[in-house]
Amino acid sequence: MLFAKAGPKENIVIRGARVVDPVQAIDAAVDVRIDDGVIAALGTDLHTNSHRVVEGEGLLLAPAFVDPHVHLRTPGREDEETIASGTAAAAAGGYCAILAMPNTDPVVDSAATLGSLVEAARADAELPVGFLAMVTKGQRGAELTEMGELAAAGAAGFTDDGVPVASPGLMRRALQYCAVTGRRLALHCEETTLSREGQMHEGAVSAELGFTGYPSVAESLMVERDLALAAYERQPLHLLHLSAWESVQAVRRARAEGVVATAEVTPHHLCRTDEDVRSLDTNLKMNPPLRSVSDRTALIEALKDGTVTAVATDHAPHARHEKEAPFEAAPFGVTGLETAFAALYTNLVEPGLVPLTTIVERMSAGPARAYGLDQPRVAVGSPANLVLVDLTASYRITEDTFHSLSVNSWLLGETVKGAVRTTIAAGRVVFSA
Amino acid sequence: MADIRVMREDLRPPAPPPKRHFISIKDVTRDDVERLLATARTFERSLEREVKKLPTLKGRLVINVFYESSTRTSSSFELAAKRLSADTMSIKSSGSSVDKGESLKDTAITLGAYDPDVIVIRHPQIGAPQLVARATAAHVVNAGDGKHQHPTQALLDLYTMREHLGRLEALHVAIVGDVLHSRVARSLIQALGLMGAHVTLVGPPALLPREIEAMGCETTTDIAAIGGADVVYILRMQRERMQEGANYVPSLREYTARWGVTPERLRPGQKVMHPGPMNRGVEIDPRVADHADALIESQVRAGLVTRMAVLYDLLTTGPVEIKTESVMEVA
Repeated sequence: MLFAKAGPKENIVIRGARVVDPVQAIDAAVDVRIDDGVIAALGTDLHTNSHRVVEGEGLLLAPAFVDPHVHLRTPGREDEETIASGTAAAAAGGYCAILAMPNTDPVVDSAATLGSLVEAARADAELPVGFLAMVTKGQRGAELTEMGELAAAGAAGFTDDGVPVASPGLMRRALQYCAVTGRRLALHCEETTLSREGQMHEGAVSAELGFTGYPSVAESLMVERDLALAAYERQPLHLLHLSAWESVQAVRRARAEGVVATAEVTPHHLCRTDEDVRSLDTNLKMNPPLRSVSDRTALIEALKDGTVTAVATDHAPHARHEKEAPFEAAPFGVTGLETAFAALYTNLVEPGLVPLTTIVERMSAGPARAYGLDQPRVAVGSPANLVLVDLTASYRITEDTFHSLSVNSWLLGETVKGAVRTTIAAGRVVFSA
Repeated sequence: MADIRVMREDLRPPAPPPKRHFISIKDVTRDDVERLLATARTFERSLEREVKKLPTLKGRLVINVFYESSTRTSSSFELAAKRLSADTMSIKSSGSSVDKGESLKDTAITLGAYDPDVIVIRHPQIGAPQLVARATAAHVVNAGDGKHQHPTQALLDLYTMREHLGRLEALHVAIVGDVLHSRVARSLIQALGLMGAHVTLVGPPALLPREIEAMGCETTTDIAAIGGADVVYILRMQRERMQEGANYVPSLREYTARWGVTPERLRPGQKVMHPGPMNRGVEIDPRVADHADALIESQVRAGLVTRMAVLYDLLTTGPVEIKTESVMEVA
């Protein structure tokens, strides 16, 4: 389900780093030896043989991250992102695997389109990429795609991300048929008759600024519907980019009743609120929108208690000239691959809101589990999927920070802490600074 | 990690505008408003003279850019500039490069090449004046941006209220109608709050924005609430903003029956205001519009002198901070 270009597997010893792997319950200074791309030994005073030695003194070594929600803009908008640039950005962000959304131009709704992407990834992807395919043909919400054939061609899951599956009847059929493929159905929850024309969260800030509001209930109503259908069909689902307190509550209730639902949340929803939109900065415009302080608090709580098990960047590159417009004319979406860990470390870990181990888990094992991917781990016998981070490095985010072809980051101009030094994905060093 | 280069200015998150623009009531202080009202009063007296033109802004260039139709705002800005002897140029979106798909930023840069002292802009989208302010070296005056702000309207309304009621402090103003789509209401709520007045919003539930009380006003759907106000400020039912099928109200007829301002719903002596253009027989009964207590014509006259005051204030010394660099140096 994941595809990347081939490359030499590494022989490395990483010495003296603080190894944190929440799944393996490790938090200790341990050396790690990688033989031929596979973790071969953990311990102290490991033989380096002829291996390259990476000094990890003072650095964090963790399972590398998995981003379950990336827009690679290929095919169709290669001016905004390509498989090569997007995966390079992911590597710089500490990721060892990413999943690309199918709302490209054309959309990924046929085995032919998917096949061309798989081929392109084998040629250009710096690290393993999975491609989701559409739930409905042409993203039109009328007919199911040939999910069986798409799964056989390598689809990592199914979603109409960008728009909801509006019809409850079709949504039910999608749940039923998706089960046959063994892939996860991922849902963009938005009741568009409530959100239409909405530019930002509906609340005191939108009332004052005059923006048409996109109320929380536009999301949570659809979350409730999809959970009800999942419960009825006894099928699992994955909820994309939750933003509202009410949605989190709905997931909690459904889980308690036995529904198998995973959910993701973005760094920007965890770190910012609608108050920030007062700046009218178009790099704070995304769907779903930044919500209120109480929504942000609820998302942080959900991340901690496991209601939400995955951090997803929803990395959405946009051309500069498209974002250089009045707020209402600008497209929805912000980038995030390079900055996700630093954003969460700076805004959540440093202030003591969320433990570091929770962030690591929700950025690596959590998203992998949601789609049934192998979990990155620091364990003997596992492929080396590792990230080395300098938690003390403080730096300002500028356009030069980015490997992405686009610079529409919500963090532009801000100073953050936590710099990725080395990323090892599937046994290859894909980034080092 | 390498330390940091300068970002492209145009992608920097916009800082709150410095006071060398007049973009939002949020950016001005009570002192600023007092000074502008006083300046406007001076200009009103000057207009009583036989020769009404003042040499104050001779040699200055004021460009009016209107992306939305307007009668009173565009004409009063143009006349205000002319009365102060500034050169003026007016650009409308139809018949300009905007028709050819030119972006606002590119249009602003083009106009900026003429080194205007002031750009007055009306645009259907929120934040357009801020974008022009970032793209040019001119002082920018917001003549209305989407549903966000119309600060010179608020200023002329304050001027009118004070002229006719003698005070703003503790004045009770009821704003009636389509608050949701109204930049006039948003600016006015903030301006009245700044001057110590008390505001009640009255209208259909779907046209009163959720949580707007956070701006410091009360809301009610009961039209009887206008009875306690010193001023009843009537908003236009903005038919062109009513999307089909939006169902904010079932019909205009129903709106008029429940929220139309009629003589029967007013107390004698209550002042009535309207930013225009009026839909007679919809939000305002013709008998109310034509009554002596209606200050609608005064508002238009106040529009001229307050806009003169704003232009004057931006281009001459005064507590509204004047930019220090010369516009000419930019070229």
